[in-house]
Amino acid sequence: MIETELSRSVVRWCPGATGASCAAKLSGGASQETWRFDIEHPDGPIGAILRRAPKGYGAAPTRAAGLAAEARLMQLAYEAGVPSPRVLHVLTPEDDLGTGFIMQRVEGETIARKILRDDEFAAARPVLARQIGGVLAGLHRLPQEKLPELRLMTAAKEIDEFERDYRSLNWPKPVFELALRWLRDNDPGPSVEVTLVHGDFRNGNLIIGSDGVRAVLDWELAHFGDPMEDLGWLCVNSWRFGEIDKPVGGFGSREELFAGYEAAGRKVDPARVKFWEVMGTLRWGIMCGGMMQRFREGPDHSMERAMIGRRASETEIDLLRLLAPRGR
Amino acid sequence: MQDEPTPIELTKAVADFLRNDIAPLISGHQAFKLRVAINILDLVTRQLALEEGSDAKEVERLRTLLGMNGSVTELNRALAERIAKGEVDLATPGLAEHLWQTTMDKLAVDQPNYASYKREVSRSE
Repeated sequence: MIETELSRSVVRWCPGATGASCAAKLSGGASQETWRFDIEHPDGPIGAILRRAPKGYGAAPTRAAGLAAEARLMQLAYEAGVPSPRVLHVLTPEDDLGTGFIMQRVEGETIARKILRDDEFAAARPVLARQIGGVLAGLHRLPQEKLPELRLMTAAKEIDEFERDYRSLNWPKPVFELALRWLRDNDPGPSVEVTLVHGDFRNGNLIIGSDGVRAVLDWELAHFGDPMEDLGWLCVNSWRFGEIDKPVGGFGSREELFAGYEAAGRKVDPARVKFWEVMGTLRWGIMCGGMMQRFREGPDHSMERAMIGRRASETEIDLLRLLAPRGR
Repeated sequence: MQDEPTPIELTKAVADFLRNDIAPLISGHQAFKLRVAINILDLVTRQLALEEGSDAKEVERLRTLLGMNGSVTELNRALAERIAKGEVDLATPGLAEHLWQTTMDKLAVDQPNYASYKREVSRSE
């Protein structure tokens, strides 16, 4: 049982801890697992999360920053006042838990549809778009000299990667071809300013409470690049969960997002944000195709995977709405 | 010629059984999986009902646009290649209309509740 290893680990680095309990797996991917558990303590249990690559697992996919980098980024974000869980411990070989880290558990909601509809979040919703602008500004300002080693990406490199992924699916889609052409024709060139980019900053990867954003999660696609990429990806229609007139995650307007970002002392380039929104829409569409392929080839032969393949057409209509809008 | 009931009638009968008789009996993760399964059967039923008509019209549009014959797959491959090469683009008469119609036909099968689709349907009404 994982609780045995967790208990042995926590008593070594958490003063006063007596053991670990209530371990439950939250998600398990091809290379990473997330577990929740409680650290038992005389002052009351401490909620914790384990992110790890178990022993013997293959290397993380090439796009992933790696768990060590993820832990470092979350800790830097926490120290800079960007809502983030506190990293409690980075795993060592003595822990016998594989590689990864343990962080404080932040209470709140990540399920987008609940955040957009439940009464509990009614007071938070109107302020979220602006608040998120401030969070992104803080994230893009993390001190570069302290950041771990990460990939440096440009729009041109990302287009090349998506095109390769798309061609490997052997899935001829005229709308995707149109989007690839548009991206190449409208590539604004390398960004003058290169910052940390979260890479998957969207509704679904944020812990939200009744007071607003409590934590930014899933840093595994972090890289260096154009900060406007995060703003564009956040606005992709797939993360609006039906609230299509509120581009920022279904919460609010671009104007509110941009105002929050600029109030924190950073500049927005709306044309670049639009470019990255088109890129992001295509990116999600190609990812849907990738999941269909994994369903076909067997590693995950679930109905859910199969059905995600049928969601690629959602990104096709969204691409057409962006690139060839019909008359009002 | 195959006998009846038709595939549409059969898939619909199974989906209705699962929805009305089985779904109320189970909960938790199994209930979630059952909802996915019912969604799949509903999708297949919609495709069986709509595919023949929409594919025929798509082939007709593609023949006009490309000036060639072929199956719906071959013609889509040819269109994809021409767009990639820049030989056809949004300035080409009929391309935008073709892509819109084809995409709307896909959404009618895949995700008729998708908000962008519902918005565009209300626009054409």
